[in-house]
Amino acid sequence: MNAPQLVTTPHFHRAGPAPAQPYAHGDAFVEQLLAAHRGLDDATSQRLNARLVLLLANHIGDLAVLEQALVAARAGLVATPEETTP
Amino acid sequence: MLSTYTYPRYAAPRAPELDAPHAHHHARVVVVGAGPVGLAAAIDLALQGVAVTLLDEDNTVSLGSRGLCYAQRTLEVLDRLGVGDAVVAKGVTWNVGRTFHRDTEVFRFELQPEPDHQRPGMVNLQQYWLEQFLVERALQLPKLSLRFRHQVTHVEPQADGAVLQVATPEGAFTLHADWVIVADGARSPIRRQLGLELEGQVFRDRFLIADVVMKTDLFPPGQAERWFWFDPPFHRGQSVLLHKEADDVWRIDFQLGWDADPEAEKQPERVLPRVRALLEQGLGREAPAFELEWASVYTFQCRRMASFRHGRLLFVGDAAHQVSPFGARGANSGIQDADNLVWKLKAVLAGHAPERLLDSYSAERGAAADENIRASTRSTDFITPKSPASQVLRDAVLSLAREHVFARGLVNSGRLSVPTHLADSPLNSPDHEAWDCAVAPGSPLPDAPVRHGADDGWLLRHTGGDFVLLLFEPTPASLGPAQRRLIEALSALTPPVRTLLLCERDGPTEGLPPGTRVLIDTRHRATLRLDASPGSAVLLRPDQHLAARWRVPTLNAVQAALARACGHTGAPAA
Repeated sequence: MNAPQLVTTPHFHRAGPAPAQPYAHGDAFVEQLLAAHRGLDDATSQRLNARLVLLLANHIGDLAVLEQALVAARAGLVATPEETTP
Repeated sequence: MLSTYTYPRYAAPRAPELDAPHAHHHARVVVVGAGPVGLAAAIDLALQGVAVTLLDEDNTVSLGSRGLCYAQRTLEVLDRLGVGDAVVAKGVTWNVGRTFHRDTEVFRFELQPEPDHQRPGMVNLQQYWLEQFLVERALQLPKLSLRFRHQVTHVEPQADGAVLQVATPEGAFTLHADWVIVADGARSPIRRQLGLELEGQVFRDRFLIADVVMKTDLFPPGQAERWFWFDPPFHRGQSVLLHKEADDVWRIDFQLGWDADPEAEKQPERVLPRVRALLEQGLGREAPAFELEWASVYTFQCRRMASFRHGRLLFVGDAAHQVSPFGARGANSGIQDADNLVWKLKAVLAGHAPERLLDSYSAERGAAADENIRASTRSTDFITPKSPASQVLRDAVLSLAREHVFARGLVNSGRLSVPTHLADSPLNSPDHEAWDCAVAPGSPLPDAPVRHGADDGWLLRHTGGDFVLLLFEPTPASLGPAQRRLIEALSALTPPVRTLLLCERDGPTEGLPPGTRVLIDTRHRATLRLDASPGSAVLLRPDQHLAARWRVPTLNAVQAALARACGHTGAPAA
């Protein structure tokens, strides 16, 4: 058995027929995420993100996968340090 | 500034009504506004035999490129109206969109990955060219009276029509119309006069449009692309969109932000450096020489009227609903409004359908507007983030997209216009059998190559304008006596249903009921795309959308589906 791998290919899905457009599920999630942030100040938005990370991390559970996610998330920041928004 | 296009000045002769001031001037159908949508509606009505008066306050076409991307479904509608070939020949076909973050490509899409459709995924053409082709077509039609420099100054709705006050350069007159199609654009004076509201969202951002003339072989002939940049080095912190148009004109949209001064930003001394920076840094090649043709600054909104029908007034296009430009869902959805409305109005006028069929226009195209507004709002939220949290999320998607495939699918620079599948329409008859394909009742018919006699052509060209039963058979000779009786009975219904016999192979056609057209499904695409089996059938509406389908059609079933599609039965449309 191979060690579990972090999924980095398109993976959003939902029960029922596949959508006509391949981007539909991803766009729907982004819309819901933005809606969850609507009306929150910056500090509260950060709290929302942190709570969301913890909920999703527990759902994934597998520490090997979570370690890969942490490395991937951090790698992009280090590669382009100017990434932070002006 | 314009050098590649000469604006036509259409004749606007004195209105004959002015010479009979005491007469009662009456028109069966009046269309207000000769933009692409009003023209499409008037042409369609005239082609279907309905006399129509089209009023426009001006006597020329749209200034500047404005609407410029025409999607496959729109091209198919334009084919039915008789201008598809002109638009495709003059326009720039493209199929690939590329999206860059700074100087790295992060997403690429293809509009039409599937072969064997007559029309491509998208054709770019300046709106003035489309309008010119449509005006030329309109002027050929005896049933269509096109009146330039006729401004509607007041509308008084009545139970059985509307009274229009019409102003012309030589004087004003009163016109009584049974039906009015309101196609007077986003600012719709008629909608405003009646106090009808638009519901939705106005975005706080400004974009500069520049039409630029330049000769470059950036794209090989027939392989143009749409390029979109987030935060490029030549326009930091904002987005930029590049499209190729006809006549070596290129359309560039620069995001400016809400604080930009719209008057100052459209002055050439502000526009030229922005264009120069893109051409020098964005194309990956030596910058071509260019000239500025036209520039404008726009804002946008995503909103719609609650209902597109108000008694005898029917609102279409931007007058009824508006979207942001990312996705080419404005003119494309407006032309589909006309496509949806005209056959229904004709059926009502002919006494083939009750007036409430027109409520289904509002229900069906309202659902399409909701879909277009949803897609366009998502794109706009991504392109112009409205809060620090959405900006952080957007930038995280873009940075992850440099390395990870999943994030590329989340990069949203516009989801381009696709036809609406009217899945929840009250006019659909539900399936009673299993079908394994991408279309269902309410979907537009997918195109397919077919042969008719010795001529290779396209399935869509054999449909539209009337109700059609597509009947699938291995050969013309395999048609049984029961099916012959069905075909004959269908042709005698009100409205009549014409049968297209779709066969795998040619064969003798003796004894076919008169009027039956035989098409050979040469590449098997129609059969595949509709999951057809021998003997199965699809009922098409005059706008080429599916109304119903059966593995084994019966006269009763087709008759019931026809009645439902004409608004006679089923739940009243919402």
